[in-house]
Amino acid sequence: MSVSWRFFVLVSVLVFPPAFPERLAAQENPYFVAYDHNLEEPGNLEVEYFSTFGSQRSANDFHAFWTEFEYGVQAWWTTEFYLDGQTTFHDSTLYSGFKWENRFRVLRREHAINPVLYAEFENINGADKTLKEVVGHDVEADFGVPNAEARADIAHEIELKLILSSNTKGWNFSENIISEKNLSNEPWEFGYALAASRPLRLKASATRCRFCRQNFIVGAEMYGGLGDRHSFGLRDTSHYLAPVAGWNLPNGWTLRLSPGFGLNGSSHRFLLRWGVSREISGFDQLVRRALGGKL
Amino acid sequence: MKAVMAVLILGALFLGISPGSGRSSLSAAGTPSPQFRLGADTYAELGKAPEKAAARPNPLENDPQAVAAGKLLFLDHCAECHGDDARGGRKGPSLRAPDVTNATPGTLFWLLTNGVVRKKMPAWSKLPEPQRWQLVRFLKAPAAEER
Repeated sequence: MSVSWRFFVLVSVLVFPPAFPERLAAQENPYFVAYDHNLEEPGNLEVEYFSTFGSQRSANDFHAFWTEFEYGVQAWWTTEFYLDGQTTFHDSTLYSGFKWENRFRVLRREHAINPVLYAEFENINGADKTLKEVVGHDVEADFGVPNAEARADIAHEIELKLILSSNTKGWNFSENIISEKNLSNEPWEFGYALAASRPLRLKASATRCRFCRQNFIVGAEMYGGLGDRHSFGLRDTSHYLAPVAGWNLPNGWTLRLSPGFGLNGSSHRFLLRWGVSREISGFDQLVRRALGGKL
Repeated sequence: MKAVMAVLILGALFLGISPGSGRSSLSAAGTPSPQFRLGADTYAELGKAPEKAAARPNPLENDPQAVAAGKLLFLDHCAECHGDDARGGRKGPSLRAPDVTNATPGTLFWLLTNGVVRKKMPAWSKLPEPQRWQLVRFLKAPAAEER
């Protein structure tokens, strides 16, 4: 199956205009890297497509893309499946792997700081350029390897995160502590992500509207690597600061945009990320009906 | 890999041709769906609100737009489980029951904020506080005022 066909299939999931509830309004944060403690509602499926354009010194720029299927299993448990790919200009387009993540809300009640545990398995190759997180000594130069060479390097990794998040006075503040382990005898690598965001208006409008200020959420995120078990710290690591903006449309769609800027010489100078997602309310009921109520 | 692609293709087709709305489990009359079984502890969480939280007044009590805005928020975020008219759905109980309508605004706000995450009720703290208070106004409003 060709890459373009795979890509078509993934995008078609998003583009099909199915007869899902028209009134559902998503209330999503605008982050690309950081996670907050707000999990998917039980039974809802969110289908998301994201892109990252990255500038690259001494090599070709790239466009990495991934699709996420995020499902609320319980109010305290969200599971998510990713498919990743990338195009390196003047090189090739390829599938770069899949990821399966789970997030677990630890506490029953809302607190000033709310912890969520995150566990992910990754089956990716060395050509993965999604920059969904930055860990260890990930630096721009890693992305200069030609695709044909990089794709041969298959990595099975586990990633654990402690997500700490607060909602206060309309703001969300999130801090993610990241650890990642390549299962082929590599050291644990570490990273971080920090984020804050707020809707432009806190009260909801009494009428339906697409352009009301409460539908727009803006903020910023900062993320980067912290070395590994043998060399913890900021040396030879990359870091980014990225304003983020999200637009929650009344019919369940969310659009996101984020220009990101490298903060040191080891970082890509510029990343442009964008994404579109749709939340499908009552997905569990749809599946149940499709199977004749046998679930 | 082929299996993954097959799942995706089926998923895309399924999403594309699925005829119904996710809300079709609601009865036409808006009565509580028989699928949600009321238990003795269905509304028990309301009684767990701390005194201080329960005593909080609704800062939007006199906001003339709050009920209408709360109704839209309800349709967007709550009707999937509790029914379009808040009288119960397949997954959630009626919110027009006396346990709810007689609860203080602060109690309802506290429950919305914390959810009942072990029983599939999400925490709605991701909605800004004013929106949660708007929802409370809708839940406390008499039927005539809702319109």
